[in-house]
Amino acid sequence: MTFDPQQLEAVLVIVVTAATPLLMAAVGELVAERSGVLNLGVEGMMIVGAATGFAAAYTTDSTIVGAIAGTLGGAVLAAIFAFLTLGLAANQVASGLALTIFGRGVANLIGAGFVGLKRAPAPHLYIPGLSDIPLIGKLVFGEDPFVYFALILTGGVAYWLMRTRAGLTLRAVGDNHSSGHSLGVPVRRVRLLAVLFGGACAGLAGSYLSLAYTPFWSPDMTAGRGWIALALVVFASWKPWRALAGAVLFGGVDVLRLVFQTWGVPIAPQFLASLPYLTTIAVLVVLSIRDIRGAASPASLGVPFIPDR
Amino acid sequence: MRIDLEARPKRSTLREILSPVAALIVAIIVGGIVVAIMGRSPLKAFMVYFVDPLSQFYSLQAIAVKASPLILIAVGLAFCYRANLWNIGAEGQFIAGGALGGWLGLVTHDGAYQAIGGWWILPAMMIFGIIGGIVYAMIPAVLRVWLNVSEILTSLMLVYVAQLGLDWLVRGPWKDPHGFNFPVTVNFDPEATLPILFDGGTLHLGCLFAPVAVVIAAIVFSKTIFGFQVRLVGSSPKAARFGGFDDKRVALAAFAISGGLAGLAGIAEVSGKIGQVLTSISPGYGFSAIIVAFLGRLSPVGIFIGGLVLAVTFVGGEDAQIALQLPGDLTLAFQGILLICVLAADVLARYRLRFRLGAAS
Repeated sequence: MTFDPQQLEAVLVIVVTAATPLLMAAVGELVAERSGVLNLGVEGMMIVGAATGFAAAYTTDSTIVGAIAGTLGGAVLAAIFAFLTLGLAANQVASGLALTIFGRGVANLIGAGFVGLKRAPAPHLYIPGLSDIPLIGKLVFGEDPFVYFALILTGGVAYWLMRTRAGLTLRAVGDNHSSGHSLGVPVRRVRLLAVLFGGACAGLAGSYLSLAYTPFWSPDMTAGRGWIALALVVFASWKPWRALAGAVLFGGVDVLRLVFQTWGVPIAPQFLASLPYLTTIAVLVVLSIRDIRGAASPASLGVPFIPDR
Repeated sequence: MRIDLEARPKRSTLREILSPVAALIVAIIVGGIVVAIMGRSPLKAFMVYFVDPLSQFYSLQAIAVKASPLILIAVGLAFCYRANLWNIGAEGQFIAGGALGGWLGLVTHDGAYQAIGGWWILPAMMIFGIIGGIVYAMIPAVLRVWLNVSEILTSLMLVYVAQLGLDWLVRGPWKDPHGFNFPVTVNFDPEATLPILFDGGTLHLGCLFAPVAVVIAAIVFSKTIFGFQVRLVGSSPKAARFGGFDDKRVALAAFAISGGLAGLAGIAEVSGKIGQVLTSISPGYGFSAIIVAFLGRLSPVGIFIGGLVLAVTFVGGEDAQIALQLPGDLTLAFQGILLICVLAADVLARYRLRFRLGAAS
């Protein structure tokens, strides 16, 4: 094997592409979980985002409309979840599972008319000169708009969560909803907004899959990425910037499969395909060994809140 | 506007029995609206989904064949969920059981056992299936109990791993060498196939496992200390430890029961219904069983009824694809709607809703 900067750049570009949907979904879920709500329906919201995103983009021939439709699709599903878990204080784990099962069915219904159709992938940035720099040109100056948005989103959430009063309120609600309630913080409204934000991010991440990652719709195309995003939140210890590191790591694992295939390494494709899932388990195990009994997780995570008026 | 929940002064058994029924009715109405939006007659769809399957003998058998794995898996899940352990990887444990039990059916293929007779093969296959499910369930269980790793994520990740592993086995080492390169194994010998109960029917011996499991689980929950321990570990682990029993052992046992029953369902499906090992052996039974468990409110008898209801939607959904050209994913969406309604009805059975205008809380 000789070192080829062009090949290395191509691999790194794919890593970024694979990491972007994971990052967006994880950052959204991170905000919801910081407010104390565990929404296991990320996979469902993502797949609905992918379906509505592609359907809207194909009908209007506009990637932006698709991205907005995907975002809304995810948020609508999150609203159902919010009604169940915040309005009715239903079990969050079961409600999240319901959302995933429902989302898969709905997404496949929406996408049924679009199977096999293709459109051009989201355009990539091109700055003459800068984008042509070897090795880093395409990587830094030649990505599609989703990638830059995901980075801005991560930075924005990190700043908002840790440096603003509203972010502090959200974290306080997630750590102890009773204290928040007695201080007059509208606990359920804060959580509603956090859950909707998480759904919007998951929907956008899903639309990225069908608009940029593979520019077509296919049933079950999220392939467990929503669940991996959930693991990423744990990996990140509920801190946005660490989610970025985790997303790149998982994106790298995803790409390993392609790299191995092009090199012709004699490993069963099924084994390579199962690497992201095995990595997730391994990462969770390592984290638990290191972690002091879930010290990093929001204290009220998953606990339903029923205000006593 | 805000919604307030007000605890009902008394718990009513009747209300708790009726709440899943009400949920089913609401889900059917919502499903009907969806069908109407898709431009078909909701009434006709209702007939095809819920009435026609109940009116013919062969479709009644099909319902029983589909309900058995759902009930078996859901009864096991009830042990986990009562103990507040979220095993959502029953689909993977189903596959593991089907694969390990099926392996025995493959190695005994073509009379390889003739010297000692074939009577032991079926029981051994069932036991292998159970072991496969238990071993696969022990991965998330041990990680959860000893290392505090979220069993939700690990058990689900293992579903994908199991699906890919089975795909590899059937396309690779287990492939029928004379099968024209199709990704299927050889057919099991009759000694490795669960017998059909009626001539010319589809109902196989494995369908009897489900009612047996329901009865045993009902007795365990209501009459044994273990059943009480499971519930106590779920509602108050601290009290369980004060009570002087090992909550970790109870957790491992709940996972083992859950995995074992899912594995048994898997091998019963492979040996009784399919008769060989395929790259995919489940249309999502492991996930639909989660709905069955909640529809049955985690009680064995409720699960038995819930399993039959969901099996009707499976069979009706297949018919609707042919009769009304309704997509198969409608069934999946309906099952999701049903679970959402069940969870909502569960709360409404215990609380009263108060809508108030004014400040949010």
